[in-house]
Amino acid sequence: MSSDVAMRANYLEEGAGPRAWLLTTDHKRVAWLYLVSLTAFFFLGGAFAVLMRVELATPGGDLVSDDVYNRLFSLHGIIMVWFYLVPSIPATLGNFLLPLMIGARDLAFPRLNLASWYVFVFGSLFALFSVLAGGVDTGWTFYTPLSTLYANGFVSTAAMGVFIVGFSSIMTGINFIVTVHTLRAPGLTWFRLPIFVWTIYATALVMVLATPVLAASLILIVLERVFGIGIFNPDLGGDPLLFQHLFWFYSHPAVYIMILPGMGVVSEVLPCFSKRPLFGYKAVALSSMAIAVFGFLVWGHHMFVSGQSAYAGVIFSFLSFCVAIPSAIKVFNWSLTLRKGEITFEAPMLYALFFLALFTFGGLAGLFLAALAVDVHVHDTYFVVAHFHYIMVGGMVTAYMAGLHFWWPKMTGRLYSETWARVAAAATFIGFNLTFFPQFVLGFLGMPRRYHTYPPEFQFWHVLSSAGAVVLAAGYLMPLCYLGWSLFRGARATDNPWGATGLEWQTASPPPPHNFDRMPTVSQPPYAYPMKGLEHERFSPHKDKVRETAA
Amino acid sequence: MSFGIPFAPSEASSAAASVDTLFYTLLAFTTALGAFLTLLVVGYAVKYRAGSGADRTGERGRSLPLEIGWTLASLIIAFAIFGWGATLFMRRDHPPADALQIAGLGKQWMWEFRHPGGQREIDELHVPVGKPVVVSLASQDVIHSFFVPAFRVKQDAVPGRTTHVWFTATEPGHYHLFCAEYCGTQHSEMGGWVDALPPEQYAAWLSDQGEGETLAATGEKLFRALGCSGCHGNSSKVRAPPLENVYGRPVALANDATVIADERYLRDSILQPKKEVAAGYEPVMPSFDGLVDEAELQMLLAYLKSLSPQGLTNSEAIR
Repeated sequence: MSSDVAMRANYLEEGAGPRAWLLTTDHKRVAWLYLVSLTAFFFLGGAFAVLMRVELATPGGDLVSDDVYNRLFSLHGIIMVWFYLVPSIPATLGNFLLPLMIGARDLAFPRLNLASWYVFVFGSLFALFSVLAGGVDTGWTFYTPLSTLYANGFVSTAAMGVFIVGFSSIMTGINFIVTVHTLRAPGLTWFRLPIFVWTIYATALVMVLATPVLAASLILIVLERVFGIGIFNPDLGGDPLLFQHLFWFYSHPAVYIMILPGMGVVSEVLPCFSKRPLFGYKAVALSSMAIAVFGFLVWGHHMFVSGQSAYAGVIFSFLSFCVAIPSAIKVFNWSLTLRKGEITFEAPMLYALFFLALFTFGGLAGLFLAALAVDVHVHDTYFVVAHFHYIMVGGMVTAYMAGLHFWWPKMTGRLYSETWARVAAAATFIGFNLTFFPQFVLGFLGMPRRYHTYPPEFQFWHVLSSAGAVVLAAGYLMPLCYLGWSLFRGARATDNPWGATGLEWQTASPPPPHNFDRMPTVSQPPYAYPMKGLEHERFSPHKDKVRETAA
Repeated sequence: MSFGIPFAPSEASSAAASVDTLFYTLLAFTTALGAFLTLLVVGYAVKYRAGSGADRTGERGRSLPLEIGWTLASLIIAFAIFGWGATLFMRRDHPPADALQIAGLGKQWMWEFRHPGGQREIDELHVPVGKPVVVSLASQDVIHSFFVPAFRVKQDAVPGRTTHVWFTATEPGHYHLFCAEYCGTQHSEMGGWVDALPPEQYAAWLSDQGEGETLAATGEKLFRALGCSGCHGNSSKVRAPPLENVYGRPVALANDATVIADERYLRDSILQPKKEVAAGYEPVMPSFDGLVDEAELQMLLAYLKSLSPQGLTNSEAIR
């Protein structure tokens, strides 16, 4: 490692103590604030899931009561969706990397960025209070009139928490949009942006446009409960289906908030470890935007059997098949990226390949759900549970792990145990499939979701699923240990241990507080990986190949 | 060969086989595509692993014909699946004209069914094999969902409106009935069985239940008890629209619009009479919201429907 890098204060060293961290406006430190909070929520939500899977190992309700079980899946959903998945990659890796990738010193509004974390924490206090006070039993979907008239948990508190973290999303979204528009380095045109930036940008647009609708729906619930204005309650002249329309108008685009950044991570990792340019770069960039736009037009596919008009169902089904196209295009492009590469299989690459497999299978399962007549049968069964876990956990969380392992040396300046990382990746993949594949079969058999007890003939598949959950939990706990160890004891990383392109690899690991000593300029398309003959440089200390063409 | 492990639900309705054909076609297609992509990626991963001697010369980064090709292929396949699924789905809206009409009511946490002959059952539904059955669904509290996996049918029961689900059982048997929409504490206990009986056994079952009053007859009593007949009856002094031959036919409204007098219209006219007033009448009818519960509403509707013997069938009224 070069001595000049060692002597320069990096962002981790400059200013110690809680005050320096809690009042920081450095996007890299804010990313860490988010990372710590989100990790806590991920394991909290995961613990609820493990309890559920243990309960479901037998058909009867023997471990917890029905009320407790209903609270477990409600809190699992609420915490995983709003307090982990929605902010996950954007607020951690996005926060850390966006300025680095576009050659900026920070985000456009550094103080807004810190404020968004405080808003997140404030909102999460409401969620934690509702957990500790006794929970919520509405499911994460808060369907009326169950949530407004019949629920007996801390619904208002949890809804308030979701309402507040929504503002954190909006603030982050605005910040990212302005940053991408205004702070790109000289020469970094739109079609030279890494796909990660494209997907973060698309995500930010969806955050800004969709989240207010969620906030509005939650306010309408309050108006109805407190002032008796009939909006969702049929006794007051309201319509319960209106809530579902409003809820999914946010929550379906929110699915794309959750998955798009994962697609961005994988689009960085696959070319790097294949040493090949991303296949069909423009198609991948534009399909991210297409997904963001079409994602707004498919909410009614959650309501095929809700009583909405059959013709509406047909239109929403059609649009849902349309949104499948850009996702399919991406899968083909990622696969073809490997062609003629010099492929190595470090942990980030393993995670990225597992993402590709799980996202593809989850996406193909989506075809069943978009096909109206089949959806009538599998709607609200474990088939749906399996489908969205393949996308959200198999896809998104796996991509998050790929990204975390890929940029870990950049974020911490340290390496982790490659062996343990590969073992964890393999455990995640095996555990995940064992947990969720049986749920496809259960769903086809007709096992409804959100069931505390079930007919005994379904037990075989439930036992497989519960066994898988144990392996999966191990796969997620391992990184907590070896990454935690690496944080303090890991070997020092070089500035560019993977031999990756991208501006973030051209500065020190960890980067200095101001990111770049010299303003980078860009004269090349992204992923300018050599076609052949490149010596693989993994973990080998080396001087940065200076690729910049000084202005 | 399955060692008692279930892999597929039984097919016991006229819709089940056609839904399954689509399902298994999709399964074959997605398995083939998934296997192809897996082999492709694994194949590349092996062939182009670092240090292998594979040929790496050639085109760079993109191939326009290939990209256009797979985009078009995806579009065609997606739209074909869409068309197939939508065609089957539209059948849901068109039950046969001679279908048996059963009223179903969901409430926390049970299903209550009323047969046309007045027979009432809880968490169990007896239906004849080979005859189409329409279950009109209402809910007394929260959203529930009527789900019979063996029939491949599912429909939410939504408070404040009537929804329908229809099926023709093809195999006699004892099938799970689930509530598929999360409805509170005992959601997983809400359900029971659908018993599909051969027609003669069904007839025997019906008579075993005792020849009660028909649903329509109970509705007529209610119609008098609630005082509806005071205005809507023939000898009434108050001018209210007669209700004979109204169901299933178009009604001219005071605001010049026309609606079909389907279940939705009749139900709204009882609970919110000022919403859609028939042309030529004063909006003087009081609301019965809170005075009749969902079960009574279903009886009243059965009575009003019985006043239109030549009225359009339920399915046509929905259309």
